Amino acid sequence: MKKMHIELTINGKQVETLAEPRELLIHVLRERLGLTGPHIGCETSHCGACTVDLNGKSVKSCTIFAAQANGATITTIEGIAGPDGMHVLQNSFREHHGLQCGFCTPGMITRAWRLLQENPTPTEEDVRFGMAGNLCRCTGYQNIVKAILAAASELNSAKEAAQ
Amino acid sequence: MNDQTPTHDERVAGLKGLGSSRKRVEDARFTQGKGNYVDDIKMAGMVYGDFVRSQYAHARIKSVDSTAAKAVPGVIAVLLAADLAPLGLHWMPTLAGDKQMVLADGKVLFQGQEIAFVVAEDKYALADALELVVVDYEELPVVVDPFKAMLPDAPVLREDLAGQTKGAHGERVHHNHIFRWELGDKPAVEAVVADADVVAEEMVYYHRTHPCPLETCGCVASMDKINGKLTLWGTFQAPHVVRTVASLLSGIPESNIRVVSPDIGGGFGNKVGVYPGYICSIVASIVTGRPVKWIEDRMDNLMATAFARDYWMDGKIAATKEGKITGLWCHVTADHGAFDACADPTKFPAGFFNICTGSYDIPVAWLGVDGVYTNKAPGGVAYRCSFRVTEAAYFIERMIEVLAIKLNMDAAELRRINFIRKDQFPYNSALGWEYDSGDYHTAWDKALKAVNYDALRAEQTQRVADFKAGKTRSLMGIGLSFFTEIVGAGPIKNCDILGMGMFDSCEIRIHPTGSALARLGTISQGQGHATTFAQILATEIGIPADQIVIEEGDTDTAPYGLGTYGSRSTPVAGAATALAGRKIRAKAQMIAAYLLEVHDNDLEWDVDRFVVKGVPERFKTMKEIAYASYHQAIPGLEPGLEAVSYYDPPNMTYPFGAYICVMDIDADTGVADIRSFYALDDCGTRINPMIIEGQVHGGATEAFAIAMGQEIAYDEMGNNKSATLMDFFIPTAWETPHYTTDHTVTPSPHHPIGAKGVGESPNVGGVPAFSNAVHDAFRPFGLTQSHMPHDHWRIWRIAEQLGLHG
Ligand code: FES
Ligand code: FES
Repeated sequence: MKKMHIELTINGKQVETLAEPRELLIHVLRERLGLTGPHIGCETSHCGACTVDLNGKSVKSCTIFAAQANGATITTIEGIAGPDGMHVLQNSFREHHGLQCGFCTPGMITRAWRLLQENPTPTEEDVRFGMAGNLCRCTGYQNIVKAILAAASELNSAKEAAQ
Repeated sequence: MNDQTPTHDERVAGLKGLGSSRKRVEDARFTQGKGNYVDDIKMAGMVYGDFVRSQYAHARIKSVDSTAAKAVPGVIAVLLAADLAPLGLHWMPTLAGDKQMVLADGKVLFQGQEIAFVVAEDKYALADALELVVVDYEELPVVVDPFKAMLPDAPVLREDLAGQTKGAHGERVHHNHIFRWELGDKPAVEAVVADADVVAEEMVYYHRTHPCPLETCGCVASMDKINGKLTLWGTFQAPHVVRTVASLLSGIPESNIRVVSPDIGGGFGNKVGVYPGYICSIVASIVTGRPVKWIEDRMDNLMATAFARDYWMDGKIAATKEGKITGLWCHVTADHGAFDACADPTKFPAGFFNICTGSYDIPVAWLGVDGVYTNKAPGGVAYRCSFRVTEAAYFIERMIEVLAIKLNMDAAELRRINFIRKDQFPYNSALGWEYDSGDYHTAWDKALKAVNYDALRAEQTQRVADFKAGKTRSLMGIGLSFFTEIVGAGPIKNCDILGMGMFDSCEIRIHPTGSALARLGTISQGQGHATTFAQILATEIGIPADQIVIEEGDTDTAPYGLGTYGSRSTPVAGAATALAGRKIRAKAQMIAAYLLEVHDNDLEWDVDRFVVKGVPERFKTMKEIAYASYHQAIPGLEPGLEAVSYYDPPNMTYPFGAYICVMDIDADTGVADIRSFYALDDCGTRINPMIIEGQVHGGATEAFAIAMGQEIAYDEMGNNKSATLMDFFIPTAWETPHYTTDHTVTPSPHHPIGAKGVGESPNVGGVPAFSNAVHDAFRPFGLTQSHMPHDHWRIWRIAEQLGLHG
């Protein structure tokens, strides 16, 4: 099948690649662009392991074609940490044991990163509801929820301190 | 020592050893997307393989035409059974002593069975080619019900076994029969049942489900033709076993096979077995001369690799009118699907199901298990469970509840009067186990008190009255569960897999500058071995856990071990780690004695150093000793500081626990709302409380899923109705309950550090807690038994059948 030219801004960098129009975004990220942080748990939009941030929204990257993302700005787990090290959420997942096998973790953190921008002061209910698109088979979610709530309050205290 | 010397307590804390909630060393890479899972592996020239799978549950394969598939640009090869036959690889042995088709040999026996293996340059060309392979089927009658499979005129499923009246586990009494396993004293039990004051009888079904780790199974096989070395990366819970099997099957010397388990995205039993995908990838790599990657998709995973449970457990429990249990009778019809591909120790065709007398002092018992073939996927793996222990725990915990109904007695009290007492340990059960230790009454009392049991019962009584008075439509269930696990397989005298004893191992190297490397025969799939095994060792050898690197999963470097499943890592490899550490310490003591110019016996161990008794300022730290071992000639001792231990456990370990679930049920919608879930675990010595708690949350959530909705269901035609995550229930953060964890500590008397293992306890104990809560809500209205999974519809149906909808 004839390939098309796709341009993306991923984790702050301009990239381009050739891909068939039918290729899913997750496959292009993993196979063509070497970004193996987002994982594949189902390829049917149920598990959220492939979650990336696309133009400011959490998107399951097995749900769309790379062609549909042409021109988009994407953040993957590889782009969540800043120049000064790990993001608060990444540390918080470690601190609160919010991961075990780690397979869901990239999608979880990428989703939580957007969730906390959408709602910087979530309740436990907000977090449980807002994370319901991401499945985890290991943790039972309790420590994931804890990690996200702790990250939210840490980010908020940092914001207050800066003001 | 001087003022600068850290105190004893500071040094202990600095080790981050046993008992510390040390943060995990694995997390830095996983939280940054830098894990290395099998699908992340990319090699020069790598190609992709995938299967054409059967649409039918039972059919003869008249022909397979791959002409069109081969014409797709990028397609390199199509393998059929006929291509594997000359190598003798069209069938493979299963871990249960049966054999299984690698590629369909004349017929298919379950939907999703592998028929052809197609290899192509990329995934999309591969998908195109799979569509174009034309299989001509002749449908055959399908049997999905194990009872119907055993009828005299049932269709013959395994034609390859025609005329074989002996199987791997004794006599086969029918063409679809696999084995009969019998234990205990049948006449004695029958006599007890005949004379008992009270007998409760029930058929308890534990439905078919699937471990469904978030990462599916897969591998990359690479045959290097120049040096003759085969490397196989894959999702293997037992990499050394895979190496041995690969060698036996292929004839390649074991020394020329390297098996590597990279990071594994959850296993839960799914990744113990050997699957056709591994064999076909190896063959394809040999044939094409290129690395071949096979990754199953979710549908393949749910349809073809490793289901769990599917046990029909028929029980009779006898008791005095005061409630003292006098005997237990149990017959299981075990649906194994098309091939017996259970991953149980060889001598245990039904795993450790004979732990089904549970936590109770039952004087006589009988167990019979009949394994049966049906047109369903093979497997029968231990899904977060030690070989059928979940089935056993569910059975006995349901039988106790049914007996309580019969006796009109409180089920908590019935358990209490039947528990094995603390002074009875070590306790020999009627079905042949020696329980090493336990203190059930203490745990039970602590649990009942923690949930305020009496108040809950009073609330429930009020709720029933209100319901009957039309004041509420909500019912309340209190789900009790007390379980005894049997883990840590196992003693070589009775536990082996394919003849290999189920020992495990640890090899330690102390570096000259005092840090260390330890390698084990196990493999983490999320349990955090790199964190916890370093903790065991830190306490044993006085080197901080942060300076101990743990490696597992590469058969070229790790010592031989039987892998990680059945909660065996801590009981077996954890023991090997402690004992290898003790060997290090023994040599270190001799070195220290030389350096300090005293006799070995004049030294005592103090956290991280040997100290001359009574002279605290004279000591050598482990770090100093390590340096000396490489730099100084010490008379009578070899240089270096290394040790290895292969540990054959003297007994299994027996973790136990008390779980209590409180549930509110809407009688009109069938929706169950988990109000609270309390989990008390006794896993002996606790290595890392944070990780234990995480294991309990995760296992309890899998139990929640299984009890409340998760199921691999088939229709009469053998179509798998639950092969996507749309249909197969995996709870999200939204419906998953909140857990309260608690513990008691009864160390294992025979384990070097007293640890027992915990990973599977919450699944074993959790399922009966959830299920008993549903049953308990309807007990006042006459319900005795209703099969899992208790999804909304099934709960609604219970209410309907009990006439609660008016
Ligand atoms: S892989 Fe995209 S949602 Fe599961
Ligand atoms: S940590 Fe394993 S799936 Fe979430």
